[in-house]
Amino acid sequence: MIQHPGILALLVASGIVSLLLAAAGWQGFKILLGWDLRSGSEMQLDLERRTYLVSTLVANALLIQILSLFLFIFTAEGLHNQFVGAMCAAGSLAVNAYGYPTLLMKVATCLLAGVWLVLHRADTQGYDYPLIRPKYLLLLVLVPLVLTETWLQLSYLTGLKADVMTSCCGSLFGQGRQGFAAELAGLSPRLMQPVFGGTFAALLAAGFLLLRFRRGAGLFSALSLAFLLVAVAALISFFCLYIYELPTHHCPFCLLQREYGWVGYPLYTTLLGGATAGLGVGALSIFRSRESLAAVLPALQARLAWSTLILAALFTLIVGVWMLLSPLRL
Amino acid sequence: MRPPLQRYRNILDFALSSLLRRKGRNLALISVYTLVVFVIASLVFFVQALKREAHELLAQAPDMVVQRMVAGRHDPVPLAQVEAIRSIRGVDEVQPRLWGYYYDPVFGGNLTVLATEDAALAPDAIWIGQGVARSMRIKEGDLIPLRGYDGQSTLFSIQKVLPESSELVSSDLVLMAPKDVRALFHFPEGLATDLAIQAGNPRELPTIAAKIVELYPDSRPILKSEILRTYEAVFDWRGGLMVVVLGSAVLSFIIFAWDKATGLSAEERKEIGVLKSLGWESSDVLLLKFWEGAVISVTAFLTGVLLAYAHVFFFSASLFEHALKGWSVLFPRFRLIPALDGYQLTVLFFLTVLPYTAATLVPSWRAATVDPDAAMRS
Amino acid sequence: MIELSQVVKTYQAGLATPFTAVDRVTLSIPAARLTVFKGPSGSGKTTLLTLIGCMARPTSGRIHLHGLAGAALPHLAPTEALEITSLPERFLTAIRRRTFGFIFQQFNLVRGITVLENVLLPTYPTGEDPRAVEARAVARLESLGLARHLRSSVDRLSGGEAQRVAIARALINDPAVIIADEPTAHLDSRLSEEFMGLMSEFKDAGKTLLITSHDPIVYDSELADLVVEMRDGRVVSET
Repeated sequence: MIQHPGILALLVASGIVSLLLAAAGWQGFKILLGWDLRSGSEMQLDLERRTYLVSTLVANALLIQILSLFLFIFTAEGLHNQFVGAMCAAGSLAVNAYGYPTLLMKVATCLLAGVWLVLHRADTQGYDYPLIRPKYLLLLVLVPLVLTETWLQLSYLTGLKADVMTSCCGSLFGQGRQGFAAELAGLSPRLMQPVFGGTFAALLAAGFLLLRFRRGAGLFSALSLAFLLVAVAALISFFCLYIYELPTHHCPFCLLQREYGWVGYPLYTTLLGGATAGLGVGALSIFRSRESLAAVLPALQARLAWSTLILAALFTLIVGVWMLLSPLRL
Repeated sequence: MRPPLQRYRNILDFALSSLLRRKGRNLALISVYTLVVFVIASLVFFVQALKREAHELLAQAPDMVVQRMVAGRHDPVPLAQVEAIRSIRGVDEVQPRLWGYYYDPVFGGNLTVLATEDAALAPDAIWIGQGVARSMRIKEGDLIPLRGYDGQSTLFSIQKVLPESSELVSSDLVLMAPKDVRALFHFPEGLATDLAIQAGNPRELPTIAAKIVELYPDSRPILKSEILRTYEAVFDWRGGLMVVVLGSAVLSFIIFAWDKATGLSAEERKEIGVLKSLGWESSDVLLLKFWEGAVISVTAFLTGVLLAYAHVFFFSASLFEHALKGWSVLFPRFRLIPALDGYQLTVLFFLTVLPYTAATLVPSWRAATVDPDAAMRS
Repeated sequence: MIELSQVVKTYQAGLATPFTAVDRVTLSIPAARLTVFKGPSGSGKTTLLTLIGCMARPTSGRIHLHGLAGAALPHLAPTEALEITSLPERFLTAIRRRTFGFIFQQFNLVRGITVLENVLLPTYPTGEDPRAVEARAVARLESLGLARHLRSSVDRLSGGEAQRVAIARALINDPAVIIADEPTAHLDSRLSEEFMGLMSEFKDAGKTLLITSHDPIVYDSELADLVVEMRDGRVVSET
């Protein structure tokens, strides 16, 4: 294993996150078993105290997980010199079979933890802990995912051998090659531009429907997830070409580098944030029939929906401006 | 919905006043915390700076060096190979290099003797690096004898001592005319130590290397990128090794922090009970504890980083340069170029602040869930 | 009006046998009146106060607040009876903050900070406009004769002054109910009478007052509308 300080930091972080969430899951399990709101017994009071512990643990774990997502990509970026053929993070991640799965798992756990916190927020607004069961059930799903991600990351990092030949983003994300990444890159702009525009417009429409008429929360939620996926595909297939000013450079990671103004950060942050808020809207609407939530849910969902729309608009604005100002013309 | 911002500010104010009211305990904690940050930060900065140095220096190095191997060992290269290699497509320049190691039994160090065609070099004169000057205690104008492989000593005059700014590469260097090098080492004509190759397009280097090996199967081309990679790996390895060793120190710090945080004095418990009875919720007290931890962490982190920065870049990391630079008699002295970036700081944050925060989460929660009626019971 | 029915509070944790502090208490506490709780220590009066004041949850039984909920739970009409026994801590605390003001026996002022800061403590989590809150605090302290001690540290105050700071703090959110635990225990007769004078003012202002006391100056006072005697966690008599 390469004893790089960045790798050590990642291992420390994922160890901590696993620990925190496992502890949270254990507490959640105990709470699920013994919960009885009507009872005033000491055990119930103790369980209510423990709900604070769980939310603190999950909130901290989420924060660390988001930081470690970016650190992960950055470390992969920094290590690329060690691997023959790697020119950026894309190559480092391809060194063994665990690189990309780790990345995807990290993103998935970030989204899930974010949704959990949205549910928690709603739960605290209700006067009878309305979402206690769904919350802790979701937690029990989150915990094995995080443990899996830790294991994947560990496998990836221990499997980094300096003498392995890997591919650079040019070949991974190059048009006309094999592999999923290449297919993404190969999506024609002529196809992707209207698809992106259409998804964005649909999202705005669903948002209007939700905010004005209080309907279609599920649709909005699904569209926000779709927007995340379509935006990433569009980013790889044509937006980034304008940023790199090269018609063949499709790498999604080089955006995070200094030479492109670190534009990758705001782009990915808006996408992740928007998707989390949007998924939160959908998750909440599942429980709209609970009495104690009836008063608070609309306001909460409205705030989340606004967040999604603003973030999606921000994303579109940034790539749009870049497209207009870029000397490249496709 | 309570206006969130003012609430954060209020509780932050109270957190600050709380910390100041318990100066003694918090000072001890911050000192240890700062020390841990300082040590790890010094390491990380140092390794990073060395890597950057290596990068910059190697920027001037030839793209590829071709050596000849005989029975797995390095052997001189026939000059006849130069033309053939020059004619390979993509090769801009082939420069035969003449150099070797000279061992001086008097002070026990290895000098690197390099031939130079520089016209400024006077006959029977040599230019030496700072490290050589220091350990042999010689200076410009002195005369030293160097003993050749034929047993004869030749006297050389020191024409120039190479400047300090080049110490990292030139510390143990002795530059002399090619004929002197050949005489000293009994180096036959028609041979060179190795060949330095510059290519027009660095991407073609692997192809060029492959062609050279095809032409001369006993040759060993070494690419600059490989050298860079090796340096990086060694620095990383050494740096990482020390960080792992320090892991035990970090661990003790964590235990210390946990202990400090868990040990809620009766007075503190009472105070939190009072706060709760006045209308503070558990989440308010959690926020209070969070702010306290954040203030402590930020203070320790910034102080530790600043001290480490000064330590590495103004005092050249005197505390542990020996473990990291390698063991040799000729030790180059050089000023590291200050380099700080977000990545390093994030790594430091992960290695210090995160474990501290994680260790204090459960104790903070315990403090926050003190029952309000603890205030009633006196 | 506050209604308790069959309220029980037992403590179990870490004890060999569970200890019942409050044993099936059923009580109606009138609004805008002074109710005094009398009884030896260990009779459960302090625990009962913590239950009434939304500081702790009863092990069993129900407590209803009539007309006191205010805007804490927007979905309930203000005059409806609010049952506080299974509310999450967040709501309980919100109600307590708005409705109840506590004056502790030991005053429980935070040392090392000023009088003004002590009085402002209950308002920190609400995030109210700091200037408005400070104005309120200053006005209250002035009405209690503490204007010149605003920025002094609480360590320098006499017993009577400290109590008045505690009173100011209890009143900062203009609660409907004031709860005082053995308020005259550390005071001489003159200060005790002064204290009862203050209580009379608050009662005239329409506040509900609950006081526990051993002191005849309190429970024999003509101000007291209801005297509840307790022993071993049970109500023995009401007068």
